[in-house]
Amino acid sequence: MLFYIFAILAIVSGAYMVLTRNLLYAGFSLLIVLLSIAGIYVLLFADFIAVTQLMVYVGGVLVLILFGIMLSSRVQDKSVLSENVNTVWGTLVAGLIVVGLSYSILKSNISSLLWLQTMEVDVLGDQKSTVQMIGIKLMTDFVLPFEIASLLLLIALMGAAYIATDKQKT
Amino acid sequence: MLAFVLTLVLLLSIVIVLAYVERKVAAFMQDRMGPTEAGPYGSLQSVLDVLKLLQKEDIVPAAADKNLFKLAPILIFAAVFAGFAVIPFTPDLVPAGIGIGVFYLLAIISLDVIGLLMAGWGSNNKYAMLGAMRSVAQIVSYEIPAGLAILAAVMVCQSLDFQEISYQQGALMNRFPGLEFEMNWLFGIEALGINTTTIGGITTWNIFRAPILLVAFVIYFIASLAESNRAPFDIPEAESELVAGFHVEYSGFRFAILFLAEYSMMVLVSLVAVILFLGSWNTPLPNVGPVSLAYWTTGTIGELSGILWGGFWLLSKTFVLLFLQLQLRWTYPRLRVDQLMHLCWKVLTPIALAVILIAGIWRLLMI
Repeated sequence: MLFYIFAILAIVSGAYMVLTRNLLYAGFSLLIVLLSIAGIYVLLFADFIAVTQLMVYVGGVLVLILFGIMLSSRVQDKSVLSENVNTVWGTLVAGLIVVGLSYSILKSNISSLLWLQTMEVDVLGDQKSTVQMIGIKLMTDFVLPFEIASLLLLIALMGAAYIATDKQKT
Repeated sequence: MLAFVLTLVLLLSIVIVLAYVERKVAAFMQDRMGPTEAGPYGSLQSVLDVLKLLQKEDIVPAAADKNLFKLAPILIFAAVFAGFAVIPFTPDLVPAGIGIGVFYLLAIISLDVIGLLMAGWGSNNKYAMLGAMRSVAQIVSYEIPAGLAILAAVMVCQSLDFQEISYQQGALMNRFPGLEFEMNWLFGIEALGINTTTIGGITTWNIFRAPILLVAFVIYFIASLAESNRAPFDIPEAESELVAGFHVEYSGFRFAILFLAEYSMMVLVSLVAVILFLGSWNTPLPNVGPVSLAYWTTGTIGELSGILWGGFWLLSKTFVLLFLQLQLRWTYPRLRVDQLMHLCWKVLTPIALAVILIAGIWRLLMI
């Protein structure tokens, strides 16, 4: 039941985000989409992912988007409108993705998957949260991707700092 | 549902007391009298202020973006209030004891930022827009040293659960499921050989258990002042240049909500500071030999005495921090934008990173 509430919220506000002309409203409806997806994550026992979603996307990316919209237009502008471009290509690509996704979903026989049949309902067991398991996995099985990701972020940070520096003095 | 109502009532009464205390402290520091008319020593002043606000006309500016303008105060207050859900008020009273409470709190506070942007944009006013921009820039920047300081405490405690962190900082530690065989040592160093597990009191508070967290506490406190837009970090609301910042267009009930959210934010950051660094609901009095002061001033868990003592210690420590916040407001001048960013990025963040490293090493000494 809760799942359907979150799912409908996500779909409706996602549709609104795409259809509205006002960029700022689109940004705020993205907030509702992200919140409802976080809710769905919680229903899937992925509490850490849910909170990370809030932290990264709402606290970081969305604020950045809103800042970008607000700073790139004049403060007095009533609303920032988006325009339609590439109508044909956009429709074509989106349609192809829809067809592909629905084909693969309809083709797959989800209920016969082995790990779904053997899965226990009590996912967490004695653990209070998934943090411990995620931490251990990150430091053992996935340590290389983890470190590479952190290196990439560091490089991006340095690049941003370099671009933003005042080059007049040199 | 009961927890919701209780927390709301508690929060409202704390905020009303705080608004009164703020005026009295300000008056005291400036050698004035403060409110004196309403009630004994003017103690009903803030209640009457609220009543007056509620009677005012609700004005929505004609040129404002009406939907965003109306939604913003609700979102701001909801974000702050949602943070209270994971705060343990007593040993066995916590609205929602989820396992990743600390992380959740950090994430939910960032929702506040969206509300501020919404209010600033929706007002369609230069001052509101500038105030919101400054406020958001400041909160987003200061989240980093605050988060790093919290991370240091989390590393020492090895938990993201506020209630578990609370239990670790007192004589009742072994009563928490999962911590039955944990030991506390003086300053956290096992080599010293002084077992403070049953001594409790101030010796097991985080700032005492791992003294490096004292630095983390100071960093967190400074950053939390910035996050709740308090002086000396109040350029978002600088009266002399921005009138009132992002809430300049709000009036009546909507202003009351924003005011409430702002003071709730102060209470929330102080509560987090108390829980993570100053021993949560634990008593400061240690057991000394046969005089078991810590047990006497803790009460029995699950009974009324435990709830009363726990709430008493938590709230009194919180009020000490809140008093400090008020005092700072009337002591230090406002920081300029460049000084603000300098303090955050070049002073607090490097120190916080060093504190994290030392806290990690300290944790190795504790086991």
